[in-house]
Amino acid sequence: MDTLQRLKDLAVSESGFVFDPHSGQTFSLNETGRAILEALKRGETVEQIVTDLRQGFEVEPGADLGRDVHEFLLLAREQGWPVPQVEAP
Amino acid sequence: MTGKPTYQRPMLVRHQAGLMNKLSRVAGMRPLTEIDGVPVAALVERFGSPLFVFSERSIVSRHRELRDALSVRLPKARLAWSYKTNYLDAVCKVMHREGSLAEVVSEMELDKALRQVAGTEIIFNGPYKPEGALEKAFRAGARVHLDHFDELARAEAVARRLGLAPKVALRINMSLPGITPWSRFGFNLESGQALDAVRRLRAGGVLQLAGLHAHVGTFVQDVDAYRQEARKLSELANLLAREHGVMVEWIDLGGGFASNNTLHAQYLPGEQVTPSFAQYAEAIAEGLAALALPPGREPTIFLETGRALVDEAGSLVTTVHATKRLTDGRRALILDAGVNSLFTAFWYRHDVVPAQPFAGTPEPTILYGPLCMAIDVVRDQLLFPPLSPGDRIVVRNVGAYNVTQWMQFITDRPAVVLVSRTGEAALMRRRESVETLLAQEEVPAWLA
Ligand SMILES: Cc1ncc(COP(=O)(O)O)c(C=O)c1O
Repeated sequence: MDTLQRLKDLAVSESGFVFDPHSGQTFSLNETGRAILEALKRGETVEQIVTDLRQGFEVEPGADLGRDVHEFLLLAREQGWPVPQVEAP
Repeated sequence: MTGKPTYQRPMLVRHQAGLMNKLSRVAGMRPLTEIDGVPVAALVERFGSPLFVFSERSIVSRHRELRDALSVRLPKARLAWSYKTNYLDAVCKVMHREGSLAEVVSEMELDKALRQVAGTEIIFNGPYKPEGALEKAFRAGARVHLDHFDELARAEAVARRLGLAPKVALRINMSLPGITPWSRFGFNLESGQALDAVRRLRAGGVLQLAGLHAHVGTFVQDVDAYRQEARKLSELANLLAREHGVMVEWIDLGGGFASNNTLHAQYLPGEQVTPSFAQYAEAIAEGLAALALPPGREPTIFLETGRALVDEAGSLVTTVHATKRLTDGRRALILDAGVNSLFTAFWYRHDVVPAQPFAGTPEPTILYGPLCMAIDVVRDQLLFPPLSPGDRIVVRNVGAYNVTQWMQFITDRPAVVLVSRTGEAALMRRRESVETLLAQEEVPAWLA
């Protein structure tokens, strides 16, 4: 099954509760995590995601969004999520 | 304000059944931004990080709580501050000001105590008392508690040489249900060794047997151990009065009360299981009810409570140096203080809280110290909010044993500060530096 479709199958609630129908596992995301998952479902690249986050959130100077997104994607892969391979920032 | 939500580092936590208990509660976690009214941030700015901070108010109130719990049940009870627990001069001063004697277990501690109190206000314990230390103690009039037969003979020789007949006590060990016996210290009760020591001491004709001492363990959460210890020492005192013509003047029940910490092996948090001082005191009073000495000859009861008096007063402020993600998904924080400063991390699941307001969903986190060693773990599993480099964390209840057992390994020992009851902060011990290290070193001439 293609990656994007599997990502789209992840059910996300308003509160950040995620259900993966393929594994039966459940997860919690914070608001930023949820925004990233939604962006992944739209097929965005890391760069586009970072831009989205900057637009959607009040970001403190000094925050390294590229690193944060990269780390999140690695973590998501480790949890078995169908996340596309990413390059280190 | 733009109305946009504040950015937090993205977070993902997989739900695992049963994990919450292991990680302990997080719902009630509140930042600890001040210690007795002094902002943690101000303390760090002034004294650096990591930093041990002690609350004088806490030391005093714990001390008074214990003293009061004892005095309503036992007319002649006194506390002896266990120096090994924390022998910073300033801490000892607070204890002595509150009426504690000094309990020491080495010549170094004896020297330290002699600068603060009269020799007669010192109890000298421990299995290693070289002749020079015994001589110093006898000259000062300290109460020497004898640990073994060789020491008994050595003490006699020293006293004879000094022309003194000092009053001494015998340390007794005993078996108590549910308690691992500390049989390596003192004379065993059940085997009859304790009575042999009494006979031997009396036959020597030099020392006067005036006290009995026992210390049944440390972090003893079962008050019944104290009831039984007190009863057994009372029965021994009765026997000495009845059959050996010895009327003891003091019974020392040692230390060992648990503090509010949580042992690694413990399921429930410390504050839910640790008995109150009143409960310990009640058990002791019940055990001592077995005493049957003539009226007016009731012995003084000493307690050498250490950690339970000072643990709560001490906090370690540490700074997040870096955050990383482990392959198992856990968040790891690298702190500027580790087991080198926080020896008690080996014993306790320490209570750690952020020192500034925090936001974001807590996630499974491990707290590492700065050492290049696998054992350098401050907390191995907890649910902790996402923190960033530069954020501060307070490790609570670390006042006992850390500022004596800390290691000088690859880095300096941190400064130690006291916050007064009026909110003043001052150094009790300066932060070490490479000069501290070099002051002790010599380079042999052939290498110079
Ligand atoms: C003889 C003696 N007294 C008192 C103490 C203080 O014990 P705690 O800190 O557990 O109260 C100890 C500690 O091991 C000890 O060995």
